[in-house]
Amino acid sequence: MSKFRKKTKVKQDIPTSSMPDVVFMLLFFFMVTTELRKTAVDVMQRIPQATQLRKLQRKSLVTNLYIGEPKKSEQFGAEPKIQADDTFIEPGDIILWVNRKKDELPENEREQLTIAMKVDSEAKRGIIADVETELRKANARKILYSTLQKAEK
Amino acid sequence: MAKSLPEIPNASMADIAFLLLTFFLVTTTMPNDKGLSMQLPPPPEAQPPEDIKIQERNMFKIQVNSSDALLVEGEPMEDVSGLKDMIKKFILNNGADPTSSDSPEKAIVSFKTDRGTTHKRFVEILDIMQAAYYDIYADQAGVTNDEFRKIASDLNDPENKRLYDKGREGIPMAISIAEPTKVGN
Repeated sequence: MSKFRKKTKVKQDIPTSSMPDVVFMLLFFFMVTTELRKTAVDVMQRIPQATQLRKLQRKSLVTNLYIGEPKKSEQFGAEPKIQADDTFIEPGDIILWVNRKKDELPENEREQLTIAMKVDSEAKRGIIADVETELRKANARKILYSTLQKAEK
Repeated sequence: MAKSLPEIPNASMADIAFLLLTFFLVTTTMPNDKGLSMQLPPPPEAQPPEDIKIQERNMFKIQVNSSDALLVEGEPMEDVSGLKDMIKKFILNNGADPTSSDSPEKAIVSFKTDRGTTHKRFVEILDIMQAAYYDIYADQAGVTNDEFRKIASDLNDPENKRLYDKGREGIPMAISIAEPTKVGN
């Protein structure tokens, strides 16, 4: 038995004095790279994958529009719905909504407003085409279909 | 004097930092501002009503029905892996094949879906169409596809602008997305 006790005198402490520094570093990383969640998304968001992604440079010019099945399907039904900010809207309300978003931007940048369409994979083209028609009428013609990066084969 | 040197206890600093870290981990989302960029056509009433005639040979037709089945130039297609090369060949035909496009300027890739087509399928096909164009642009500009898309995102840099214009010279991205048919839904 004494064979095993030989090494017990070796100091086994891990130095913890630098732990706060390490943790602070992690903390700053998360503080810088993330943004606060502004809206609670109430529709399903199984974002499709694609390869030809483009990144948006100016975040202030981007507005999100969510389309998908409501998460609370017993309350809102299983048909895909459009969510803008915190409420469900109908395609007919989009022009009004876009104009309100444009008003928030400085005048010289209003034409550059980009609508990021966060659409669920299983949503149908029909509702998306209706939204696009309204966006064309509202003259918000820069859109982006949000996708994830597909792993290269 | 040295005895009264005030000291802040810092043993709990790590705990406080951990608490903050956990808070940020839970309350934040990673921003995802990436996707397929598109420009919608002007509103229907603003367009001149004149009938623009497009020759059959200058149209590359892709159709998807309500059950996500694909029809390319009138032929059903199961495997999409060859579609990108077909589109590239069509755009760069330059009149060589009499059934394919006259020139890259005139070539139009048309994409028609049904109201019942899923968004997943739509994105898959749109991705292939854009990939074909970006490949051609990247070739013309002498960069890779990834680099070209990075360049296209930041046109304020004059060098990027130059490469971007070089890549797109004479080849507009003519992807036409038609109003969906109404079989499904």
